Amino acid sequence: MILDFTLIIARWQMLMDGAWLTVQLAAVTTLTGFLVGTLCAVARRSRFRLAASTAGLYVEAIRNTPFLVQIFLVYFGLSSLGLSLSAVTVAIIALTINVGAYTAEIMRAGFDSIHRGQWEAAETLGLTKFQQYWHVALRPAMERVYPSLSSQFILLMLASSVTSQISTEELTAAANFIQSETYRPLETYLLIALIYVALSLAMRVVFWGIGMIIFPRRRRLGTSL
Amino acid sequence: MSIVVLDNVKKSFGAVTVLHGVSFSVEKGQVMALIGASGSGKSTALRCIDRLEQIDSGRIEVCGHQVASADLDLRKLRLDVGIVFQSYNLFPHLTVEQNITLGPVSVKRMPKSEARKITADVLAKVGLADKASAYPEQLSGGQQQRAAIARSLAMQPKVMLFDEVTSALDPKLTGEVLRVIEQLADSGMTMIMVTHEMNFARRIADRIVFMHDGRVHEQGGAEILSAPATPELRDFVSNEL
Amino acid sequence: MDTALNLNHIGFLLDGALWTLVLSLMAFLGGGLAGFAVAMGRIAPQRIIRILTTGYVQLVQGTPLLVIMFVIYFGLPTLGFSISPLLAAGLSMTIYVSAYLGEIWRGAIQSVPRAQWEAAECLALSRGQRMFKVILPQAIRIATPPTVGFSVQIIKNTSLASVVGFVELTRAGQLINNSIFEPFMIYLIIAGLYFCLCFPVSLLSRRLERTGVARAQRIELVSA
Ligand SMILES: Nc1ncnc2c1ncn2[C@@H]1O[C@H](COP(=O)(O)OP(=O)(O)O)[C@@H](O)[C@H]1O
Ligand SMILES: [Mg+2]
Repeated sequence: MILDFTLIIARWQMLMDGAWLTVQLAAVTTLTGFLVGTLCAVARRSRFRLAASTAGLYVEAIRNTPFLVQIFLVYFGLSSLGLSLSAVTVAIIALTINVGAYTAEIMRAGFDSIHRGQWEAAETLGLTKFQQYWHVALRPAMERVYPSLSSQFILLMLASSVTSQISTEELTAAANFIQSETYRPLETYLLIALIYVALSLAMRVVFWGIGMIIFPRRRRLGTSL
Repeated sequence: MSIVVLDNVKKSFGAVTVLHGVSFSVEKGQVMALIGASGSGKSTALRCIDRLEQIDSGRIEVCGHQVASADLDLRKLRLDVGIVFQSYNLFPHLTVEQNITLGPVSVKRMPKSEARKITADVLAKVGLADKASAYPEQLSGGQQQRAAIARSLAMQPKVMLFDEVTSALDPKLTGEVLRVIEQLADSGMTMIMVTHEMNFARRIADRIVFMHDGRVHEQGGAEILSAPATPELRDFVSNEL
Repeated sequence: MDTALNLNHIGFLLDGALWTLVLSLMAFLGGGLAGFAVAMGRIAPQRIIRILTTGYVQLVQGTPLLVIMFVIYFGLPTLGFSISPLLAAGLSMTIYVSAYLGEIWRGAIQSVPRAQWEAAECLALSRGQRMFKVILPQAIRIATPPTVGFSVQIIKNTSLASVVGFVELTRAGQLINNSIFEPFMIYLIIAGLYFCLCFPVSLLSRRLERTGVARAQRIELVSA
């Protein structure tokens, strides 16, 4: 049997729409997830026991359960609260919660790697805890864990395919629809696999570029993709 | 009869030429000390002899093997040559005895019992008879280095190469390693040793080869250390003492 | 209408959990075997093998596991291979795991110092002997904590097999939900069961990491 992509190419626009939503989901949740994760990392390192243990519980709960189950929990949880949100909103919330936990672990390692002397110096300058994180620790911590962060956000983009299960119309959902219309599952899924690979590579290039812009040292030393 | 011959050996790494036509030879039973400033190409020369690096041109012959030729039997070359490095390079997951028997058993297909006998033998030679079952991390630097020498000896090589084997050790540990090498020299082993221990070289070396900028700058008997012919060797000797 | 959760349901869920473990084990064994081949391919002396394996890793790591499952489960039958949900899930997981474990293990192998390769070479050991007697035993120690850590990912990701109809833990829960319609509670229970499967493995990997670091520091001290 010969692969035949003509029927699928005829529905190219639908794939592109799906891919565009995948890109948007990834972009938005990279930002929200980074925010949540960093705040959680700060909470985990804080002297306030309640904050630290709540953040710890969140991280462990998320890291030890499947994203598919998490997304259904968010979906049914929100609707049992009487909230009827769009699939995209639910997807964004679930993805944020998920990647936030992984980011928290990565950023915690980043903050932990900042030398004691740096914190003490910031403290003797009279900076508040918030200022210490914001002015002194954040950038070097991020720089140190930047490769892990970018890999994590690429995994996040791939994980967004699971949101097709609550009918978010992203790339995988588009493929599901197309293959049910064309009876060409092999071609359809192979094609979107390639699109995902292209998106992953593109994200890697983008993260590399961002790294070059925000970390002067990376620019000087030069880093591979 | 020459056991090791280097003839106009040239070697570069990329754009950097490290050996600009090096020639020397070592006779059977001779002890040769290879000296020279850091970066002069001594390690590279040793590594070429054991074909850890392939040379660009020239000729190397070791125990009858044409080292640079394409149809060299690497395995046979390595059976005839033992080499010990500054950083010991013992295998950390194996005991001293396992480190030593690995070669004889896996490469020479020697029965385990015979390999153990040889192990006991070489360990006694280097003064580590009681450390057979220790792991490398449980040994001092000097003991690790002696174990590394024992590991090489167990392969019963025809020539031994030593690359600054005491440079990582403090004076007391250096002494115990040098004693082992000296005994080996007395027993008639052919060897080339890169060393910065000038007094030691003067005492046990039959020949001294002084390298400078990737060339053999001066060579002769131990007396050249007392009466250098070139200003470079004079500078080098006075700096080392 | 029997709308309450009963003991039968719990038994059915536990059965599902068992299948989750079976699938995880299949994925680990199949993926481990293939992953070893990937690791070897990535450091092979032949350039062409290295390029092909790198391409494989890039493709697999750039594709969502869900899409791999769809390719296998819906795609293969159109080529004339009929395939059961278990086999489809097992095969997909094997492919997915092989790329990630392969990379973890390649990293471990390459973090064994070059001098160890050389020392083994100088003892006239063959390439196979160098790999199996000298390098791999050291690489295994380095690779153990991240491998155990990745096992957690394997267990969690078997949940995607539910999408192709394999009745593991998640699918079992969905089936029960079809009769009692208490989705939030059911998914909470499922999440709890996954947590029970994964958390001990997470703890183990963290513990191994700590002792590994302590060991590395000790070795550094001695050889310094
Ligand atoms: N693998 C290599 N790649 C590039 N340059 C090298 C390599 N090995 C050695 N060199 C260079 O060759 C020169 C001689 O090194 P080496 O033989 O180690 O000298 P020595 O042992 O006398 O100190 C040095 O400048 C060193 O930087
Ligand atoms: Mg040297």
